[in-house]
Amino acid sequence: MNPRRKKRLFIILSSIGFIGAAVGFMLYALQQNIDLFYTPSEVLQGKQLSNGKVGEKPQIGQRLRIGGMVVDGSVVRSDKSLDVEFQVTDTGPKVTIKYTGILPDLFREGQGIVAQGVLIAADVVEASEVLAKHDEEYMPPELAEKLKGIKHVKPEY
Amino acid sequence: MWKWLHPYAKAEVAYQLCYKLLPYFSWLSVITLAVGSVWGLAFAPADYQQGDSFRIIYFHVPTAILSMGAYTSMAICALIGMVWQIRNAELAVYAIAPVGAVYTFLALVTGAIWGKPMWGAWWVWDARLTSELILLFLYLGVIALYNAFEDRRTGARAASILAIVGVINVPIIHYSVEWWNTLHQGATITKFAKPSISTDMLWPLLLTIAGFMFVLAALTCLRLANQIILNDARRPWVKALVERELSSVSMSKASK
Repeated sequence: MNPRRKKRLFIILSSIGFIGAAVGFMLYALQQNIDLFYTPSEVLQGKQLSNGKVGEKPQIGQRLRIGGMVVDGSVVRSDKSLDVEFQVTDTGPKVTIKYTGILPDLFREGQGIVAQGVLIAADVVEASEVLAKHDEEYMPPELAEKLKGIKHVKPEY
Repeated sequence: MWKWLHPYAKAEVAYQLCYKLLPYFSWLSVITLAVGSVWGLAFAPADYQQGDSFRIIYFHVPTAILSMGAYTSMAICALIGMVWQIRNAELAVYAIAPVGAVYTFLALVTGAIWGKPMWGAWWVWDARLTSELILLFLYLGVIALYNAFEDRRTGARAASILAIVGVINVPIIHYSVEWWNTLHQGATITKFAKPSISTDMLWPLLLTIAGFMFVLAALTCLRLANQIILNDARRPWVKALVERELSSVSMSKASK
């Protein structure tokens, strides 16, 4: 490779390196803010940062998104209105979510959800929107039943 | 070691290679896309949770993977064009960019169509969706910069710099679902582990991915050949080529 090409290659690769490092630092500094949602443990205990510190806990009255698994048997529907109340969890702590409206099709117990709303008590969120999260596994219903004991039919609440 | 590549820096040789490869890529894309989409849309089993709605995966995943693949190849072409000053590589940047932009747009649109019934929202500002949107803007920026200058070489160089710098976004898109909490699920097939999709759903997906790859390759060949000939319009080899084509057309008319 002749020296001019070598120099150009070096300049380009090192500038990619520098810009990559700059973007990396930016994303590192923003690590608390890029997450789409808080997990229930982060709401109750604060976020564990990668440098070992514990981040700020969300305050009561704060608008936030929370994501977790719907706790089995926690869904309570009102007979007269669209009010629904359920709990979400990730590794232990549970947060109660209150919501009025129609839940997405994929909503079911054990399913991951993301809710947007206001924290009205330390562990209660009044949600204005509930979104269902699905995982990256795809399989036919017969296989799911055999592997996981999951019934294909959407449960009625 | 790279001696065999040197002839392709010549416009005429690259032009002929493009036209030699074009029919193969076109036919392969027609076959794989036809088989893959019919198999995926009609014969693959429905998903245990999402039912038939998951079938949009056969268009969403290929366009999304290849929007990133096309960007990476475009950045490699830009690097070669910058370092070795090879004009064909600069033309290839501009040949790939609009195709990649369309793939990115399709990935975003099919994702939104999939998101509405499954998640309950067309669009969420999570890390995966946002970084893919940035990829679309990078493609549009490359196209715009390429055309922004009177002098084609200056435009090509500016577009190449943007293409190279923007490649940083590609790993961010890929790892966004691991680094941050997102609504978008994790990787199903692009990981160093067994794909988390059952085999009878996986095969049609691999076929459509190959199909979209061949479409990308075919369109790139076609666009690159056109760029080369447009750029060399006044060169003797293009004149000779046009005369050959014209004489073959008039001969076929005369024989009728």
